[in-house]
Amino acid sequence: MSETKTPEAAKDEPNIRIVEDATCTFCGCVCDDMELTVDLDANRITKAKNACVLGRAWFLQHGIEDHPQAMIDGREVPLEEAMDEAARILHEAKFPITYGLSDSPCEAQRVAVAINDLVLGNIDTTTSVCHGPSGIAFQGVGESTSTLGEVKNRADLVIYWGGNPAESHPRHFTRYTVTPKGRYIPNGKKDRYVVLIDVRKTPSAPVADQLIRVKPGRDFELLWALRALVRGRDVDPDIEKITGVSREVLDELVERMKNCNFGVLFFGMGLTMTRGRHFNSGALLALATDLNKYTHFVAKPVRGHGNVTGADNVVSWQTGYPFGVNFHRGYPRFNPGEYTTVDLLARGDADAALMIATDPASNFPKRAIEHLKKIPVISLDAKPTYTSRQARVAFMVATYGINTGGTVYRMDDVPITLRPAFDSPFPTDEEVLTGIHTRLKKLRANGRKKAA
Amino acid sequence: MMLIPGRSSKQGTSLNAGKLKEEYQAVTSTIEMNESTMRKLGLSAGDRVRLSCTTGKVEVECGKPRKDEDLPDGMIFIPYGPSSSELMESDTAGSGMPMSKQMMVDVECLGAK
Repeated sequence: MSETKTPEAAKDEPNIRIVEDATCTFCGCVCDDMELTVDLDANRITKAKNACVLGRAWFLQHGIEDHPQAMIDGREVPLEEAMDEAARILHEAKFPITYGLSDSPCEAQRVAVAINDLVLGNIDTTTSVCHGPSGIAFQGVGESTSTLGEVKNRADLVIYWGGNPAESHPRHFTRYTVTPKGRYIPNGKKDRYVVLIDVRKTPSAPVADQLIRVKPGRDFELLWALRALVRGRDVDPDIEKITGVSREVLDELVERMKNCNFGVLFFGMGLTMTRGRHFNSGALLALATDLNKYTHFVAKPVRGHGNVTGADNVVSWQTGYPFGVNFHRGYPRFNPGEYTTVDLLARGDADAALMIATDPASNFPKRAIEHLKKIPVISLDAKPTYTSRQARVAFMVATYGINTGGTVYRMDDVPITLRPAFDSPFPTDEEVLTGIHTRLKKLRANGRKKAA
Repeated sequence: MMLIPGRSSKQGTSLNAGKLKEEYQAVTSTIEMNESTMRKLGLSAGDRVRLSCTTGKVEVECGKPRKDEDLPDGMIFIPYGPSSSELMESDTAGSGMPMSKQMMVDVECLGAK
């Protein structure tokens, strides 16, 4: 990879910068082959070569917001004053929670964990309402895994279950799984068989060789039937009535899975957000494990936000658990359903909230949002959101990957370094969180809060 | 009827412009149904519709009909956003994840815009 540079073509235009090998952090694909043309006068990216439709929107729509760096109760204040107030809120709270983090670099995520360790708080990431159920299943079932590079170079059978990458991760097909030529897949798509399993025919369907329509809410039953057939057991004669998929289609798919050279099951929210949740993910992971008796088979969740995988990694290596972690007793405890943010808010447990690069006031259940309105909220975001609008302390921060460097994890747990395109007048997440952390350490100079 | 919130390209691109902007709000409050279901309910593209369940209710706009083979009868698709959140139950069954897809809702036609 090359450093940020000014090639010949841009030399005559001193206010234009070309950034090569930049990284798009909009989705979990974290494509690191962007070539950005930056108008430094206008503080705007004018061209994003290699970006997909979502990446183009990500880069081209991000300028410098005409907005204060920090506000308290909607009033502009100096950054230092806002950090003082944020620290005071977290210091005085009995049950402070932190949520979000999947659109922040790892360096900021690390400081967020340190803050919660200090205030004996509760830290959770957007994983809990994304692939949290898969995280639970990983612990129970295990994971047969690989990088996307291995998929590109080896996979001849690609199955998507409960996802629509054509709209959510447009370059997943073209960079890794369907069209690229790989070391052992010399003819690209011609050497692969692609299956899409979903309740509806999505825009991803034209890419697939086969679309299997499962009845809504019957993914677990279908997965369990496949497991039985892979193991040579029989299944309920009414399986088609139950799942919407005929025995003939099931038998054909099982043979295809057992006889491929390298198979991969990618799975999305269609499994984790529906009835069964972690049982669905667990059944799919177990199916991949079963198939390893016959061939090489892996399973990968398709992750949404740019650094949600980094959040899982950072919170795991700092606390031992990937999300939903509570420090009230002075040591980390993990219990989804108890320490996950929707539950904490809906039950009314939390009395202060630090929301980092997330907008729960827009995308959480109503009951959780109602409680959020009753407690002091500190928000960090690169754009105004429903959450920042109602926050007691609102920080406008620089956009990661566009204005700041740092590290993010691609959805296959591969860390990637960010190359910023232009400077921002706003502080980074890490700077704001470090400022709050430093203040909290002073406030707690007499020792840590006594554990519950 | 069964409501399935999900991602769409327009939801993703308008998100980048800003959640408080008109485009995002329009995209996330427009639903899709198949031709037969819309015909059965007497709905046309552009009609206002009220979706309700025990958790809440929202008014949304009916988008262009999808082909019958694309979307099953009785199923409604809506891009993720404030409207789908309004109807989401907060119970996570001990998992941390609210039931964000396959939500059962009543549909009431409110007529043309």
